[in-house]
Formats: sequence, structure tokens, C-alpha cells
Amino acid sequence: MNARVIEAKPVSTRHIPGELGLWIFVLGDMLVFGLFFSVFVFYRAQNPELFMQSQATLNSNYGALNTIFLLTSSWLVVLGINAARKNLNGLAFKLLLLAMLCGAGFISVKVIEYSEKIHAGIGLTTNDFYMFYFILTGLHFFHVLIGMVALAVLCVIARRGISKPSDLAILEGGASYWHMVDVLWIVLFPLLYLMK
Amino acid sequence: MSQLLRSYTTVVWVVLVLLTGFSWWLGHSSASIQYSKGPQLATVFMFLVALFKVRLVGLNFMELKHAPLPLRLLFELWGAGVCIAIVCLYWFNAA
Repeated sequence: MNARVIEAKPVSTRHIPGELGLWIFVLGDMLVFGLFFSVFVFYRAQNPELFMQSQATLNSNYGALNTIFLLTSSWLVVLGINAARKNLNGLAFKLLLLAMLCGAGFISVKVIEYSEKIHAGIGLTTNDFYMFYFILTGLHFFHVLIGMVALAVLCVIARRGISKPSDLAILEGGASYWHMVDVLWIVLFPLLYLMK
Repeated sequence: MSQLLRSYTTVVWVVLVLLTGFSWWLGHSSASIQYSKGPQLATVFMFLVALFKVRLVGLNFMELKHAPLPLRLLFELWGAGVCIAIVCLYWFNAA
């Protein structure tokens, strides 16, 4: 059965990773974030000094570290899905668990960063920059939490092994969602921490 | 495991990590560029690098390279659209 599931997807055939419905959600989510990114740059242009001063109080090392965490997590998810497709269930499970650990690393860094800001008396209402900072990173953080739940489900499926086509669709769909979280952070990093 | 690691995906991951380090360095050193438009050009370059990274993740990790063309096209349009919007809003207001 497992072999037949794998054989059912020749590499040369164009294939939607996961379900089409999930991709409508993923692209819709990305569109909303894209609009937020544009609104941020528009408001930044109205008061560049304030945005630059506020940005200087952020620790870009945290932003870079979190980018590495998400990129590494995404890479491990790809390796995990490939292992699951080859019915290497134990290996797939371990790789996806490591991906979750990287996700936990991202969450830890973000919690440290938020707590530092809150202890310094900085919040959502401090100024326009911080309003955007907390809304954009907060929305992204929420997506990371959902992604962690998705990764936990992928771990369970990977450990059990792919027994039906819907298992593969769930694995691919969950992975695509997690990569979307990565893609959004790739833009958020220069937007909030680096641009001059 | 070693066979899985020795894959094109691993090369993509290394490139993504190196580009992240480069963007971080650019963000820190752009203020010291002598040319008056240096920081602005560095910022534009950062977003071009971000677009390149987005495409690397989309095409390779999200497997859109092998997805139906309309799906790949929508993703590519999102990346290009976001990059153009950010760069234009930034450049024409900073100029």
C-alpha cells in the first residue's frame, strides 16, 4: 500500500502539494500580510526619523537568529517529508521533531524579545513603529503557534507511516503552511529590523 | 540520513543562511556607506535579497517548482508584487 501511494505521484507530473483549499488559505493569508507590509512602509515614509529611532532599539541579532531557526526548521521539514515518502518513518519522525525544536527556539527568542520590550515600558501604544511591530510580529507569532500544532500532527502521521493518500496530502499541506510562516518572516526581518 | 542530507535542498538551506547573514551585515554596515544614497540602495538590495530567498523557499521547499503553473504564478506574483510595492513606497518617499 505504502509503495503504491509513493508510486502514485510520479516526479515529472505537476502536483499540488497538499489540498487546493489549503493553498487558497495560504495565498489569502500571504496577500493580507503583503498589504500590511505595504501599509508599514507607507507610514514609515510619513515619519522616517521616529521609525529609525524606534528600530534602533530592536536587537537585530534576535531577528537574524529567528530567521535561522525558521529556515532550518523548514529545511528539516522538507527532509522529513522526503523521508516519509520513502517510508523511513522513524527518520521522518525525528526530522519533524527537530523542526519543532527549531520552532520552539523561535518562540523562545520572541518571548525574550517581547519581555525585554515590556520591561522597558514599550508597548503597542508607544508609537506608530511599535504598533506595527507588535501587530505584525504578533500576527506572525500566532501563525507560528498554529504551525507548531500542525507540525505535531505531521510527527504523529510520520511515525505511523503513510497508509493512504490523505496522509500524504496532510503531510504536504502542513509542510506548505510551515514554509509560508518562514516566507512571511523572510520579509518581516528586513522590514522591521534592517531597513534604513 | 546522509543520502537525504546530500541533496539539493541542503544546498538551498546553506544559501538561505548565508544570504541571511549577508542581509544582517548589510543592515549594520549600510549607515557607514559614504555615498549619500548608500543606505537607501542597501535597503533596496536587502529586499531584492529577501525576494530571492522567498523564491528559493517557494520553489524548492514548498515544491512549487513542480506545482501546476497557475499556483506557481500566483506565488511568484505575490513575491514580485510585495517587493515592488515595498521598494517603490520606500524609494519614492525617501528620494
